[in-house]
Amino acid sequence: MPDTQKKNAFQVFMNGLITENPTFVLMLGMCPTLGVTTAAINGIGMGLATTAVLICSNLLISLLRNIISERIRIPAFIVVIASFVSIVEMLLKAYLPDLSDALGVYIPLIVVNCIIFARAEAFAFKNPPVASLADGLGMGLGFTGAITILSAIRELLGSGTVFGAQLMPESYEPMAIMLQVPGGFITLGLLLILVNGIRKGLARRKELKAKEELA
Amino acid sequence: MQKNLAVSSSPHLRDNVSTRRIMQEVCLALAPAGIAGIILFGAQAAVLIAASVISAVLAEYFYQKLTHQKVTVGDWSAVVTGLLLAYNLPANAPVWLAVVGAVIAIVLVKQIFGGIGSNFMNPALAARAILFVSWATQMTTYPATRFMLDGVSTATPLNALGTGSVAGVNLSDLFLGNIPGVLGETCKLALLVGGIYLIVRRIADWKIPVAFIATVFVCYLIKDGAEMALYQILSGGLFLGAFFMATDYATSPVTNPGRIIMGIGCGIFLFVIRAYASYPEGCSFAILLMNVATPLIDKYTMPKPFGEVKQHA
Amino acid sequence: MNTYLTILIGSILVNNYVMNKFMGICPFLGVSKKVDTALGMGMAVTFVMTLACFMSWLVEHFLLVPFDLMYMRTIAFILVIAVLVQLVEMALKKLSFSLYQALGVYLPLITTNCAVLGAAILNSDTGYNLLESVVSGCSAALGFTLALLLMAGIRERLSLSQMPKWMDGFPGALVTAGLMAVSFMGFGGLIK
Repeated sequence: MPDTQKKNAFQVFMNGLITENPTFVLMLGMCPTLGVTTAAINGIGMGLATTAVLICSNLLISLLRNIISERIRIPAFIVVIASFVSIVEMLLKAYLPDLSDALGVYIPLIVVNCIIFARAEAFAFKNPPVASLADGLGMGLGFTGAITILSAIRELLGSGTVFGAQLMPESYEPMAIMLQVPGGFITLGLLLILVNGIRKGLARRKELKAKEELA
Repeated sequence: MQKNLAVSSSPHLRDNVSTRRIMQEVCLALAPAGIAGIILFGAQAAVLIAASVISAVLAEYFYQKLTHQKVTVGDWSAVVTGLLLAYNLPANAPVWLAVVGAVIAIVLVKQIFGGIGSNFMNPALAARAILFVSWATQMTTYPATRFMLDGVSTATPLNALGTGSVAGVNLSDLFLGNIPGVLGETCKLALLVGGIYLIVRRIADWKIPVAFIATVFVCYLIKDGAEMALYQILSGGLFLGAFFMATDYATSPVTNPGRIIMGIGCGIFLFVIRAYASYPEGCSFAILLMNVATPLIDKYTMPKPFGEVKQHA
Repeated sequence: MNTYLTILIGSILVNNYVMNKFMGICPFLGVSKKVDTALGMGMAVTFVMTLACFMSWLVEHFLLVPFDLMYMRTIAFILVIAVLVQLVEMALKKLSFSLYQALGVYLPLITTNCAVLGAAILNSDTGYNLLESVVSGCSAALGFTLALLLMAGIRERLSLSQMPKWMDGFPGALVTAGLMAVSFMGFGGLIK
């Protein structure tokens, strides 16, 4: 991204949220995306926990970017990220034990969520703190939004509810497989086809518009 | 460029006419089991078969219309998928189950991978497994046949055999299909007639069904003895699966050793799931697992063609 | 002996990390286009994961527990894995250059393979002893390799078929993985 320097914080934020959405466009962090999205509340919880870690690690790494030498940056990133994950892990255990139980092993696994690592390497290590903060917030919320949509679909079809509220008619027979592993894979696959289709459609419209303006 | 030179691994059924002939023969071979199902379970079986076949054909038609492809429902393959799916449902299953299953089979398992010959899993079986996992109650409540004295008994012979004894299961009932079970797989006589027809007409290869059934027999022979082994091979979905679904061209190996491996693998998985896992019957899952392994089996059993050109990435 | 067999079958078939636990999905989707590369990745993961389970057990029981540092577990384990991957890479380079050439490119990717960290953490949560941890790590990695190989076989075949354009890449891989996972569900209940 050669032109990132010129972008203001808002543009960086929107880039993470929409243009380079980590789940739908960059395809990063697939394990939690699939593992915890059986209920919308878990999706949003996981998303926000990841966002918190991402913002903190982006900010700290950006602040330290002139101190950390190029050669030891990878271990340095790991230590920074793992520390924040441990803090989030302990906070969740103390204040939201139910959510902590529901997310289980996927909380410590935020450490190896490639989104955080990739943003540290690709953005925070090269950009000033404010932009890095905006990038972390945008990417984090983009991730949160995507996995909340995914988990809402799975919860709706798999239990007939969204955020615990009954949305399907009483006579609906829940499709149990949606809550299991195959349901996760297949729903995300189909959702991606849809998102790619929409993006292609939008790109084509933009192209047409540009042509019209030229003409 | 690549597209025109593409060599599909199997089946080499690009010709619509030959596909249609083969699929019609399969339908003919499936007919006795369907008729037996209707005789045994009454009109509800006929309704379910019709619903499943019609939904499968319509799903294929509308998918191909919507994606601007050539409509190929004339090749009868959707009819076969619809029939097989219906044969895998309990006769008293709600009609919506058949419709949902047919759409899953045609759209999700077959068409989005490129249609006939491109799917890597048997559509009817994959749909059955998805229905089975999703709606276990509807998929495992079996009606009694019309010829049974106590019209409410719903314990299948597999459940009875699971207790480790053959008492309470009548061998001729088992063979003729006078048992609670899935619509098209209870009458072994009808399935055997259809299966032998397919083999004689050289539509299906004998290796997969023979290796499959023999492996199950041998496994139970070692575990529980000859009598139990005989009862076990006549129970559940083994005959339907072995003759009609494990032999599916697109999803089984093309090499001869590969086919033997496929049969033995199916047999071992069926035995393991039936005897030790939580599902009472493992026929669908066993075949699906071997479907998944089929590309690898083909890869490692394929004789190296002379002067093979390395394939482009 | 029975416990080890249970762990082995359990981690390869019943609780396969990829097909049942959603771990190691990124390499599973990313490195499964060709059977040969899948095999290389699988071997590298098996090697590192077995070692990682061994080392993390030692670290937990001789460092974290005695000094009351369990809250540092996540950091400690990820560091163990990162260091291990580095050491394995250097050792391979020195000892067997051909093996290094075969596995080298996959090694850096393993640090962020969540199956490795996941295995170490799950072993620690379950309270396995040293040998159980190693067997569990090794068999989980073999299960990962199995899933990866099967997936690569299917994708090699699909690349020759007439799959629609919009199924290329991730969407197609995800739907394929979903259908594979359906077949693995048959093993449910095999291990109590």
